[in-house]
Amino acid sequence: MTAKLSIRDLSFTYADGAQALQHINMEIFANELFVLFGPSRAGKTTLLRLINRLADLLDGVQRSGEILFNDQDVYNPNLDVTYLRRRIGMVFAVPTPLPGSIYANLAYGLEMAGIKDRRIIDERVERSLRQAALWDEVKDRLQDSAFALSGGQKQRMCLARSLVLEPDVILLDNPTSGLDPISTALVEESLFELKQQYTIIMVPHSVQQASRVADRAAFLLNGEVVEIGSQQRIFIHPRDKRTEDYVTGRFG
Amino acid sequence: MSRQQTQVLATWLISITAVVVILPIVLVVFYVVAKGIGTVNWQFLSQPPSNGMTEGGIFPALLGTVILTLGTAVAAIPLAVGAAIYLAEYAGDNRATRAIRLAIVNLAGIPSIVYGLFGLGMFVLFLNFGTSILAGALTLGLMTLPVVISTAEEAILAVPQEFRVVSLSLGASRWQTIRHQVLPHALPGIITGIILGLGRAAGETAPILFTVAAFYLPELPKSIFDQTMALPYHLYVISTQVPGMPLSIQYGTALVLLIIVLSFTLVATVIRTVMRRRRQW
Ligand SMILES: Nc1ncnc2c1ncn2[C@@H]1O[C@H](COP(=O)(O)OP(=O)(O)OP(=O)(O)O)[C@@H](O)[C@H]1O
Ligand SMILES: [Mg+2]
Repeated sequence: MTAKLSIRDLSFTYADGAQALQHINMEIFANELFVLFGPSRAGKTTLLRLINRLADLLDGVQRSGEILFNDQDVYNPNLDVTYLRRRIGMVFAVPTPLPGSIYANLAYGLEMAGIKDRRIIDERVERSLRQAALWDEVKDRLQDSAFALSGGQKQRMCLARSLVLEPDVILLDNPTSGLDPISTALVEESLFELKQQYTIIMVPHSVQQASRVADRAAFLLNGEVVEIGSQQRIFIHPRDKRTEDYVTGRFG
Repeated sequence: MSRQQTQVLATWLISITAVVVILPIVLVVFYVVAKGIGTVNWQFLSQPPSNGMTEGGIFPALLGTVILTLGTAVAAIPLAVGAAIYLAEYAGDNRATRAIRLAIVNLAGIPSIVYGLFGLGMFVLFLNFGTSILAGALTLGLMTLPVVISTAEEAILAVPQEFRVVSLSLGASRWQTIRHQVLPHALPGIITGIILGLGRAAGETAPILFTVAAFYLPELPKSIFDQTMALPYHLYVISTQVPGMPLSIQYGTALVLLIIVLSFTLVATVIRTVMRRRRQW
């Protein structure tokens, strides 16, 4: 099996000199749900933002190593970064609607990609809202402001907004933060369907969630990978003492 | 003194300073309105001066000010907004851009007569535009640039960074992001800056003194290479240079100028308030 994403010896330092990631190596395969977990400041968000090159936006950062997406270096200067970001969607930890209606939020990525046909846009908007388990709640109010949604609805809208581009990989940074248990269950359920179609890298809300949803997982600590393996291996038979302590709740 | 007394005293002191600041403005406005209101009517606005400017209206000067303000807008807005977008969105934080920002702040503080002299040297003489609407509008435009650039840059920087990040993460290019997620939200601030800048340009005498303004012209300008009369300069002329000038015309002219300048401020405030209220974030 060839990897969808390969991360090779990746290190990253922010402008203030804080080394956020050190010598990260991992492979993520097609249609799996790969969980990145670890305590706060482990570097999970940083790693996600490097994969779709949002870390590019910051001045004065330093990066070494490479990230291959379908065997192509994402940091190759000839690669069209807008294409990359359409292929690798992202949902942020804090749900951030763009000002405007729910529909406008959903259609934005498609319009920016040059799609003008309303029928195609409408169709994709509906399908992605269904995939994110939000369609029934918003179908009659698509023209309302996206800011009027509840926190959980916003989060699912942001998920739908990235699905609308039919990406290859989706990066989910804590997609259930601030959701009640029912909405959380809804989102987790839709993850199982989504991975039929997409490759998912997810930062979970908790160790429990990680162990519920993961096919494979990587435990990050202080910018380093401690252990990578299958759900069984990481959550039931961890080899590293630090992983064991963390998943059994003895630390962090 | 007890805490409460200190509190009361402080409130009083602050209120008094507020009154001290506002009172002169209110007095000036009332004074000019009271003295000038009797003169300002349609005749006054639509007729040229006559009988050595001691009679008639202010039409050519009013028209000149409108033309000069429009010219200033054309000269300054594209450049200022472009520069603001560049500074806020593209220029990194390095020595060169810090120097540019410092220069802009300093340019905003330069007395307007210096702009007038620069306009004379640069546009009237060196570029050989002569004393003309073109030279005057460019000089006023130059004077307006720093204010508009600063306010526009501030408005652009005030747009939450998340909107940009989200837009880019959805595959929008950098320019698409600016065009669709930054400029629309910065627009109220940018427009406010433009209007305040133009309001100042409309009321200034020094920059047009050597570059465009005419003492008296029997005819209206026909092209941008002609001179024109303008309200601020006209007011200066009839207040100091013309013997036997009736006070009523002076106050009438002052009132019209005051209304023009204040209405710019008023429009800017209204736009800002309305757009703020509509804002969702
Ligand atoms: N924009 C930034 N500038 C400077 N340092 C940053 C920035 N973002 C993150 N860091 C630092 O990088 C390290 C990793 O942060 P990161 O946000 O990737 O952690 P995380 O694992 O996502 O944590 P959390 O679980 O709290 O979200 C931290 O030490 C953090 O302080
Ligand atoms: Mg994080």
